[in-house]
Amino acid sequence: MELTAEAIEMKPDTGSTQKSVPDIYLPPERNKVADGGVPHVSAKNFSIYYGEFEAVKKVNADILSKYVTAIIGPSGCGKSTFLRSINRMNDLIPNCHTTGALMFDGEDVYGRFTDEVLLRKKIGMVFQKPNPFPKSIFDNIAYGPRLHGIRDKKTLEGIVEKSLRKAALWDEVSDRLDKNALGLSGGQQQRLCVARTLAVEPEILLLDEPTSALDPKATAKIEDLIQELRGSYTIMIVTHNMQQASRVSDYTMFFYEGILVEHAPTAQLFTKPKDKMTEDYITGRFS
Amino acid sequence: MNLGTRKLLDRSFTALGIGSIVIMGMMLLVVLVPIVFNGVTANVFRGTVEHRKLLYNEFRRGDKAELQREIVESDAVRSKAYAMLDQFEVEMSSMDEAKQAEYQDKYRQVKESLKALLGPRPGGDIPELTRYKYGQTRWSKAEEKLHELLYEKQWDYSNPDAEAKEYFVSRSAGFQGTSLVKLFPYVEENLDRMLLPEWTIYWGFITDSSIDSHIFGGIWPEIQGTIFLAIGAMLFAFPLGVIAAVYFTEYAREGFFNSLLRSANSTLAGVPSIVFGLFGLAFFINTLKVSESKSVLAGSLTLAIMILPTIIRSAEEAILAVPKTYREASLGLGSTKWNTIVTVILPAALPGILTGGVISLGRAAGETAPIIFTAAVSVGSAIGLADVFNSPTPALSWNIYNLASEHEAASEIRHVQYGMVLALVTIVLLLNMSAIILRARISKKLKG
Repeated sequence: MELTAEAIEMKPDTGSTQKSVPDIYLPPERNKVADGGVPHVSAKNFSIYYGEFEAVKKVNADILSKYVTAIIGPSGCGKSTFLRSINRMNDLIPNCHTTGALMFDGEDVYGRFTDEVLLRKKIGMVFQKPNPFPKSIFDNIAYGPRLHGIRDKKTLEGIVEKSLRKAALWDEVSDRLDKNALGLSGGQQQRLCVARTLAVEPEILLLDEPTSALDPKATAKIEDLIQELRGSYTIMIVTHNMQQASRVSDYTMFFYEGILVEHAPTAQLFTKPKDKMTEDYITGRFS
Repeated sequence: MNLGTRKLLDRSFTALGIGSIVIMGMMLLVVLVPIVFNGVTANVFRGTVEHRKLLYNEFRRGDKAELQREIVESDAVRSKAYAMLDQFEVEMSSMDEAKQAEYQDKYRQVKESLKALLGPRPGGDIPELTRYKYGQTRWSKAEEKLHELLYEKQWDYSNPDAEAKEYFVSRSAGFQGTSLVKLFPYVEENLDRMLLPEWTIYWGFITDSSIDSHIFGGIWPEIQGTIFLAIGAMLFAFPLGVIAAVYFTEYAREGFFNSLLRSANSTLAGVPSIVFGLFGLAFFINTLKVSESKSVLAGSLTLAIMILPTIIRSAEEAILAVPKTYREASLGLGSTKWNTIVTVILPAALPGILTGGVISLGRAAGETAPIIFTAAVSVGSAIGLADVFNSPTPALSWNIYNLASEHEAASEIRHVQYGMVLALVTIVLLLNMSAIILRARISKKLKG
């Protein structure tokens, strides 16, 4: 599969006039946001170990605020591990530990005094398989706000509606908020999970292969949703689908065997990869 | 393996499976049918006028005017039989001494049998024990007693090598030539007019207290005691078990101490129940002195210790069966571990936890050995809720054994024993059934 500039231009696009990519280190004009270019998460010599095994090796990267960053790479390359380390979901895995530093808003994620619960409130996550709770749609969305102390029914209703609207699900479910969320279709469930994450007003949205369990139509909806949310949140998405990465992201990180091989603006990484390995991967010579 | 062999294997396994299920079903029938059939006779039977007298005198139940009419009606028939006795007594007093001595013993037996059948003769002394105040209350029993009146059981010892055989001799033959001969056919023919049997549904068997050690009355004290003990055991064991299961699944680190705890739990599940009974006596009553002697509290605590391993195990399995994704989702939203357990994991595990709980409840209701030393008494009235801390209670499981083997008139009250067995089986079955329904309803709610 050869990805060319034409393929890049298939991005759902909001009126770009740029055909060529003049400055590869800046995202396209349309993606510029007011405070662009500020690192939101930065890794310094950051390694993740499962016991003795080093799953992610000495990563150095700045993930810019309010941009969409895609993480690609073959299976087992550490991309999900890296993503899950950002909101410390890897804490659930026994024997998992880290070295180096991972800073979020200038604070050490793995610092001794870091409250991982507060951290996860600020860094929301959507998982590979849609995982709504076996509760009503309303209770699913309200779960997070309730956790963080919001009890007032009116306020909760407002949050639920706002979150569902942001996740482009409001029109489909507004008349059955009291129905069990497990009755929704896979794609709706996944958007519900996005809405549930948005309800706690995170700063970062981590998406761990959010469309791998969905059909193409639902996938398109999720991708549209990412486009909608771009600029409001820092989004990181792990994906196996390189076209998806090229469609939705501003920056792309390529991992191979735990090493961050290349981290560049998406357009550049897919058209003029600096590294031979990246080129081989995106052209489908290995996977 | 070729296709033929494979199909043959599949078929033979199907046949074996169906066969074993059929055998199990038949065994269940063999056990259940007699229990139900005999147990129902405790509630539904042909009750005599004596039964109605008993109900009125002891529980003030029944229509007084109607009863009075029946008593008059039956007394009219009975009085003729009593007249025959009187006539014979006069006759006997005019006999010579040798003859008197010959008849005296036989006559006494006849009088005793008639008394057992019809109750004490009106106008005579009122016996102290309730069991002697009334005649036969159940028609089937009355028929047996009639046989005892008509025939004398004797044993054939003629062959010293074989076991003695019983045989029956007609009593009327012994009174040949006296006026008492007429009594036997008279009673045989008119027994139904003396006792007036009617089909009776005696629901009081479930709701009444027992009278005179279960000779009459119902089994409510036992049913209530069983319920108190089982629920008491659950009150202690369920919260403890669920908390322990949460600790094992969520907080415990794998290691020596943890595996020690787990194997201790498994060992506890395999300890014979009589050992729990002795432990309960030694620990709760003698050491902790939760009560002066046997009490519902001590029994509940003992039962709780006994069912705790089962509850822990089932709750643990239910919690482990909750999808990992729920946990991730909740933690990912910034929930604390504690909050995740309470708001997501426990609700999702609830069907499994409750099923284990209700099955344990059934086990606690049916268990005998742990309560023998700690809670159960043979005879007693229903205790109030305030008495659970210091008074013992009769309970179904223990009294089934007790009435069948220790009771002085065990053979007279078979229907009570069967009735108790049916009540216990029904309680346990209802509990298990409610577990199934509860599980289905909660699962349905969770699945949407």
